[in-house]
Amino acid sequence: MAGVTVPFERVDAGAPHAAPAQAILVVDDIVKRFETPDGVLTAVDHVSFSVAPGEFVGIIGPSGCGKSTLFNVIGGLLDGYEGTVKVADERVRGPHRSIGMIFQEESTFPWRSVIDNVAFPLEIAGLPKAERYERAKHFVRLVGLDGFERRYPAELSGGMRQRVSMARTLAAQPKILLMDEPFASLDEQTRLLLGDKVLQIQQQLKQTTLLITHNITEAVQLSDRILVMTYRPGKVKRMVEIKLPRPRSSEVVSSEAFGRYVAQIWGDLREEASRGLEDEEGRKLREGEKR
Amino acid sequence: MSEAAIAARKAFARSRYGPALIGLGSFVAFIVLVELLIRVGLINRFIVPMPSDIIAAFPRVIEEEQVLHRFVLTATEALSATILVTVLGVTGGVLLHRYLLLRQATETWVAAIAAAPLVLMYPLYLVIFGRSALTIVMMGFTAGLAPVILKTLEGLSGTRRVLINVGKSFNLTSSQQFWKILFPAALPTIFVGLRLGLIFSLINIVGVEFLINFGGLGQLINELAERYDLPGTYAAICFVILVSVCVFVLMERLERWLRPVD
Repeated sequence: MAGVTVPFERVDAGAPHAAPAQAILVVDDIVKRFETPDGVLTAVDHVSFSVAPGEFVGIIGPSGCGKSTLFNVIGGLLDGYEGTVKVADERVRGPHRSIGMIFQEESTFPWRSVIDNVAFPLEIAGLPKAERYERAKHFVRLVGLDGFERRYPAELSGGMRQRVSMARTLAAQPKILLMDEPFASLDEQTRLLLGDKVLQIQQQLKQTTLLITHNITEAVQLSDRILVMTYRPGKVKRMVEIKLPRPRSSEVVSSEAFGRYVAQIWGDLREEASRGLEDEEGRKLREGEKR
Repeated sequence: MSEAAIAARKAFARSRYGPALIGLGSFVAFIVLVELLIRVGLINRFIVPMPSDIIAAFPRVIEEEQVLHRFVLTATEALSATILVTVLGVTGGVLLHRYLLLRQATETWVAAIAAAPLVLMYPLYLVIFGRSALTIVMMGFTAGLAPVILKTLEGLSGTRRVLINVGKSFNLTSSQQFWKILFPAALPTIFVGLRLGLIFSLINIVGVEFLINFGGLGQLINELAERYDLPGTYAAICFVILVSVCVFVLMERLERWLRPVD
């Protein structure tokens, strides 16, 4: 889409909710606190938003804003929080079959081949071997790894391993795909190309997706809406609607409108990132003084 | 060296049999070197027998000393101890991983046992189990148990958090979480423990055979050494090494079957 003029409007989506009747995911007034040696730390502070079916929502914020805490709360991996998470009107009280999670760290099973990694959730579901391999092959093709079915993760690149994780999660056919900085460990070019792959898959499956990231270009490239979070305690600062046309590809990053969205979000984040940096430096200084 | 020769050398090193042939060649070269050093008098032949004498002693040891029967006895004891160590050691490690209180209460003791000279317990075992193969198996088992427990615990505790979270995200039951994620993730470390345990077991098995004069290769080594039959003693030691190789090959096959790739 290089050279293509894309209209830009600064759009604050206002209240960060899809129309309640439409929402497949409702995160309502989440507060999560942790006990630390320095006292109680509020990681997530009264965060509410909702996501409509087929929508791609990005959550962006500086390091320490509670993004990953929110990921774990929504995915049911963390309890002891206030507020509610609902998927299709059903309250989430732990890991939920409707939510598929893709993690930041490398999470393929090194002892399983690509096809056995992807077939894992189908094996757990009790599908016969032939059927689960057939379905797993479909998802291997979907992420563009045909021909690598019998390879092991150690024989693949970081980007390919992350695609295996994605295929494995998609094979469980979750209603909501939850991704926590899935491309954080990859270089910029691979990240953009994998972004294309995510866009294709989202387009093909109409997959409702929630992406946690600290990368502004990645968030704008992929999302329909972006929730900007404040530095600690993590609150909703703004919800930005991304009105870039779909279907999209990584070429959208060279458009003028894309640049403006990035600038707008950086404008929102800059102050938060500065606070985070100062806080981190202050903490290091105090630790040094204690020693 | 010409390019063709360099390419041929690289192809040999990459070939399936290249490394094995290099290993075998190095071993043969070492034996030849020892033979030469003894023949020229740099190594005392009354301390280290000539490899050619050791090779010549094999038929005599096999025929006159019933070495095959002794080999089977020692190998059976080693295999029995291995099975006990594997089953009870891995189970012990799993229990210590599963129950924190048990782990806190016993981990230091298990570590202490791993470092203790357990062979000194053989008089007690003789009283409990009698002068039999059972005493030897139990000595081997006792010596090999602690490292297997500790390494199983280490492997299970060292499973990456993200893999456990993947299991949780797929709603695995605790049994599925163990068999599908924790156990395969811990297997390489468990096998390190098993190899360590087997070394300790075999040392104790042969050592106790030697000490209680019950039978097996340990007793044969003792007898041949007392007769000052050095080539025969070394030939018998080769059979102990063969027991070790057999058990290790079995272990490696088992590991490859359970976890085809690391």
